[in-house]
Amino acid sequence: MAPIIRIQDLGKTYGSGTVALNGVTLDIEEGEILALLGPNGAGKTTLISTICGLIEPTRGSVTVGGFDIRSQYRQARSLIGLVPQEVLIEPFEKVGANVAYTRGLYGKPPDPAHIEKVLRSLALWDKVNARTLELSGGMKRRVLIAKALSHGPKILFLDEPSAGVDVNLRREMWALVRELREEGTTIVLTTHYIEEAEEMADRVGIVNKGRLLLVEDKVKLMQSFGRKVLTIELTEDMAELPEGLARDGLRLESGKLVYEYDTHAERSGVARLISDISAAGLAVRDLSTEQSTLEEVFLDLVEGDKAREATT
Amino acid sequence: MNWLAVKSIYRREMMRTFRTLFQSVLSPVVSTTLYFVVFGSAIGSRIESVEGIPYGAFIVPGLMMLTLLQQSVSNGSGGIYMPKWVGTIFELLAAPISWVEITLGFVGAAATKAVMIATIILITSFFFVDMRIAHPFWMVGFMVLTSVSFALLGFVIGIWAKNFEQLQLMPLLVITPLTFLGGAFYSASMLPPFWEAVTRVNPVLYLISGFRWAFFDIADVPVGASLIAVAVFLGIGLVTVWTIFRTGWRIRQ
Repeated sequence: MAPIIRIQDLGKTYGSGTVALNGVTLDIEEGEILALLGPNGAGKTTLISTICGLIEPTRGSVTVGGFDIRSQYRQARSLIGLVPQEVLIEPFEKVGANVAYTRGLYGKPPDPAHIEKVLRSLALWDKVNARTLELSGGMKRRVLIAKALSHGPKILFLDEPSAGVDVNLRREMWALVRELREEGTTIVLTTHYIEEAEEMADRVGIVNKGRLLLVEDKVKLMQSFGRKVLTIELTEDMAELPEGLARDGLRLESGKLVYEYDTHAERSGVARLISDISAAGLAVRDLSTEQSTLEEVFLDLVEGDKAREATT
Repeated sequence: MNWLAVKSIYRREMMRTFRTLFQSVLSPVVSTTLYFVVFGSAIGSRIESVEGIPYGAFIVPGLMMLTLLQQSVSNGSGGIYMPKWVGTIFELLAAPISWVEITLGFVGAAATKAVMIATIILITSFFFVDMRIAHPFWMVGFMVLTSVSFALLGFVIGIWAKNFEQLQLMPLLVITPLTFLGGAFYSASMLPPFWEAVTRVNPVLYLISGFRWAFFDIADVPVGASLIAVAVFLGIGLVTVWTIFRTGWRIRQ
């Protein structure tokens, strides 16, 4: 199946000379949840704002559902719902009218039943006649999501959905996103919270300094870049590392052996270590391993990017 | 063309007006009454008539035009400045609509509101003066065209303005003086020849003159010139708006 969004060599240089996007090429598949992960100022928001029509690209092309975002912007934008990062909302308007307004902008005839359904799914139905300025911050954010869903988009962009949101609301939002995915909506979210990408995404794209460093299936990403940490507890706490055991990646931490290894290396060295331990006459009481998180993977990549930049 | 989007924007802008209906209706009624008391009765009693028209009636078209221009410009600029300021303009830019729908919605609503208020002034003035409108069709025509032109101008100001001060500046420094000096309360022929010539450079004079012609069949300048003036205003407004959206100036980065 053709990708629902196809981005080719997309570049954006602002008037000030800041290069926000530097040749991004990316295919987004229908029905997936893609998380764009990157530090602040990496160009994530510029990327999705460009796809949504808020920013004119300097070079490159984007198609949404096969429609070019510039020459066929009406068809392309009809497929998209956008939830901005900041809570940008008309303060004096009533919630229901506000959501219906967005639907109208997308050229869809009024459909109170659909608006009700969207508002109910976001636990906002009892606020349908409230003015937005009377709502809490979390509710305002949900109103923004309701507006983005008002015209039944095929693709939903969520720009930093968790920024400044408490844990409960974050969980609720995640649940909603999963529900939408099950209904077939493609979801693209930006985040600098690794936890969010790890929790939500099917694929993760890592953005830094306007470039897409990598896009990978989340599980694969963690495996391929993953390092594991093996902690070995011996029957007796050790004061120092026996000579026969010393090797790369092994250290002593509060009496325990801690061995860090690369899971995708040809030899992890784990079997060797265990046999050396028994050869040294030591007895193992307990073993545990820990998979490195996406956070560490991410830092590795961004640090690597920096290092490469320093050498060139 | 996405007519539903035009309707949505128009309706929302009109609802914004109706939220402050009392203020919107009361303020023109109060100010018109004051004008009639001050100019119509106090001063008007000493002027009696201008070109055969009782002074009280003579100022009605000028008063309406004064309000029409101020209201069109301030509604036109406020309508688009607010989403820019609050940040909700992103919705308009991300929606499957072009500048045509955005302009029609905002400018249409701003012009409608201005026409509504001018009509309220007209109705109020019937309580103070006796008058017959000579060319009702042309009166409505001038009113609609003028309000649309100046709502467009306001729209441009709203896009241009980077802060509230700039938003107020243009109407205050340009529109209000031009209206007062455009013969709202007098006929250009009442001025000494030199100032009459200067007044003829003022584009607003042509609007007020045409409008007054529609009321009383008298005019400072030929009606044709007034019509051309309105058309020129409209044309300048349309071209400016089109250019702004085409280049994304102060809207799209």
